Order: sequence, then structure tokens, then C-alpha cells
Amino acid sequence: MSALVKFVDMHKSFGDLEILKGVTFSVERGEVVAIIGQSGSGKSTALRCMDRLETIQGGELWVCGHALHRDDVDLKALRRDVGIVFQSYNLFPHLTAEQNVALAPRLVASKSHAEASDIAQAVLSKVGLAEKRAAYPEQLSGGQQQRVAIARSLAMQPKLMLFDEVTSALDPKLTGEVLRVMERLAADGMTMILVTHEMQFARNVADRVVYMRDGRIHEMGGPEILIKPQTPELADFITHEQ
Amino acid sequence: MQPQFLLSLLDGVLGTIVLSVLTFICGGLAGFVVALARISPLRSVSFAAIAYIQVFQGIPLLVQMGLAYFGPILLGFESVPPLAAAALAMSVFASAYLGQIWYGCLISVAKPQWEAAECLGLTRWQRMTRVVLPQAMRIATPPTVGFLVIIVKNTSVSSLVVGYQELTYNAKVINNATFEPFLYFGLAGIFYFLICYPLSVQSRALERKFNVGTR
Repeated sequence: MSALVKFVDMHKSFGDLEILKGVTFSVERGEVVAIIGQSGSGKSTALRCMDRLETIQGGELWVCGHALHRDDVDLKALRRDVGIVFQSYNLFPHLTAEQNVALAPRLVASKSHAEASDIAQAVLSKVGLAEKRAAYPEQLSGGQQQRVAIARSLAMQPKLMLFDEVTSALDPKLTGEVLRVMERLAADGMTMILVTHEMQFARNVADRVVYMRDGRIHEMGGPEILIKPQTPELADFITHEQ
Repeated sequence: MQPQFLLSLLDGVLGTIVLSVLTFICGGLAGFVVALARISPLRSVSFAAIAYIQVFQGIPLLVQMGLAYFGPILLGFESVPPLAAAALAMSVFASAYLGQIWYGCLISVAKPQWEAAECLGLTRWQRMTRVVLPQAMRIATPPTVGFLVIIVKNTSVSSLVVGYQELTYNAKVINNATFEPFLYFGLAGIFYFLICYPLSVQSRALERKFNVGTR
């Protein structure tokens, strides 16, 4: 089986500042990969590169068969294959939960009003918010907003879901409800890559953990590396995260 | 006070309102184009918008009005109707300010909103019309209504240059005949206030309603 995501000696810089200094790894279909590391280690940048929110300067990056290192990449097709959820939810404040979710099916997938509404209902129930479909984002808690944001991405039936520190703005209780939704997604076989500070969650749900440090992959392995790290840096990082 | 003077002042009120409405429609449309050009990713387009804003904010309205009225005549055209010249100068003036105000509203819609829409696969046009504009319009409403007040008051400049018969012009003509400046300019002031005050109240009410700072 070919990899859904493949980094080959990938480099990314902002001006003179090199953020990613040669990253190589791949993610198979159905895998859940957690990327951990200090702030500034390049983990969020790596995630943003996978949805072409950042362009890369060297090496190769393949996502769902799209060659993101080339200029002729079909962005529209890429965005249909990839869903991304952000730390700050980024729901559209002038639209209800259902309208937020139905927007892309209607505009991008050209579904009818009724079809898009059905899709929205289905994915909102999946994240446990069917009864909140008429609510505006400001009427929802942070955890609920983040679940709507997940539903909004799921509505386009992506092949790959990216999560960028999606629980960092939430208190522990709300974090729990978002993580449970993500756990269910993982159990359903969704391919997921998440940048996270939730070590517990990474240990329980991730098939693989990637520890990034200073723009490179410092250590990578099964979730057991969070218990028995091979490098002193990861050991040190885990101690400080808990 | 003779009743025909009051009628003349009311006639002037009508002239002021006509010029204000024309200015707001034409200046608003042009201002919208300026605001869109200002956020264009094409540098030449956004630079042209910046230049337009700077030039027309930097030239006094009085001078713009003179250019609009006498310019065509100097270039050999027939004389321009006063209303057309006044509306042109006012619209250019308003579009430079409205363009800048609305540009600020457009960029105040947070960048992550653009990104989120982009990641859902929306085209640039869809992102603009479905995500950014609806939010920018909420932010823009109070300052836009506030700018209406400035437009109404600035229509009085046209009396000085092009001789368009609006409120100040008529008050001046009546005063020339009666030599009662306090009475007639005072009445004109009251009429201006009666037009502008409801707009100011409306602007404050909208500010409270949208209360955009807390969203």
C-alpha cells in the first residue's frame, strides 16, 4: 500500500529563517500520527505545509497523491482530500453551525440545499451536536465550536484529517469532549495527523509518535516511546509536558 | 420673515439631499471598487488604489469641485451642469474615504477566516462573498453611516464653486437680499442639524447593536 503522506527531505524557510531542515517520513492510510515537540520546533509548520497553507522550498511532499513540491498542484482537489482543524476553531461567526458545515458541500461539491443540509445534520450528529445546528458560534462553548469545526471538515469526506493543536485553547473538561470525537474518528479508520500537547491522548490513540526538535525529526516510533524514550531530549520534553 | 424665503430654504434642503444621495450611491460604488483594489494581491492594482486614496484625500474638496466644474470647460467642452460637477467631485472625494474605511473593515476580518475558507476549497471569490464580506459589512456599518454625516455637510462646498442650489447657496442668496445673516444661516444650520442628527443617532445605535469589538 502506498503512503498517503510522504515527506522526502523536505525543507521550509521563511525568508532566511529555515524552519524545517530536511524532514523525511510517511504516513500510511488509516494511521494516526501524533507530532509533538516544543514551540518553534516546526511541527505546526509541517502540518500547514500538508494543506499547502505554506509552500515548501526543498525536497518532496506528497499528500493524497498530490505533489505539493510542484507549482502545478491542483489545490481544489487537494483541499477536497484533506481536512484541517485549527487551534482557534475559525468557524464563520455570521453562519449557524449547520450553515458552517453545509457551506463547502454546497459551494465546492455543488450539492443542493437539501443534500448539503442532510450532510450537515449527519456530521453534526457524528460529533454529538445535532441539536445545536441552529446555534451561532458565539452561542457555543469552545469545545462545541471545535466539534463543529471538525464536522465542517468531515462534511467534505476527506481522506486525511489534520489537527493543529485543536485542544490548546480549551479547559480540561472541554478538551475531553473534543478528544472523544477524535478517538471515534480514529476508530472509524480515518487517517489523522495531529500536532498535540496531549501526551495521554497521543499514547492512547496514536499508532506512531513523531518528536520534532529544531526543524528535524529527533525521534519517531510507536506510542511506547512516550514511556520509554530513546533520546535524552525526548525524555526531558516528556517530563516537562506533564 | 417672508414665506417664500422659507420655501426657498426648504428647496435648498431638497437640493442638499439630492446631492448627498447621488454622492453616496456613486461614491459608495466607486469606494467599494477602491477597497477591493486595495486588497488585491496584484501589487500594481493595490498601488493604484493607494495612490488614488492619497491623492484625493490630499486635495481639498473645494479644489476638486473647481476642477470638476471648470476643468471640462478649460478642455473645450460645453459647460457642465452644476449638479453633475458637484456630484462628480463629491463622489470622488467620498470614494477615497469610503474606500479607505472599507479597506480597513475588510482586513480586520481575521486572516484565519480566509485560511479556513481556503482549506474548505472555496474559490477566492467565494471566500470574499460568503465569508469575508458578510463579516466586514457588520464592522463597516457604523463608520459608514457616520461618514454620511460628513457627506451631507460637505455638500455645502458646492455652493461656493459650482453654484448648485442647495441649502447653503439658497441661504446666501436670501441673505444677500435681506441682510439678516443670523436668521437665515441660523435656519440653514438647524436644517443641516435636522438631517444629520438622525444619522448620528443611527450610527451610535448601530455601533451598540453590532458591538464588534467584543466579538
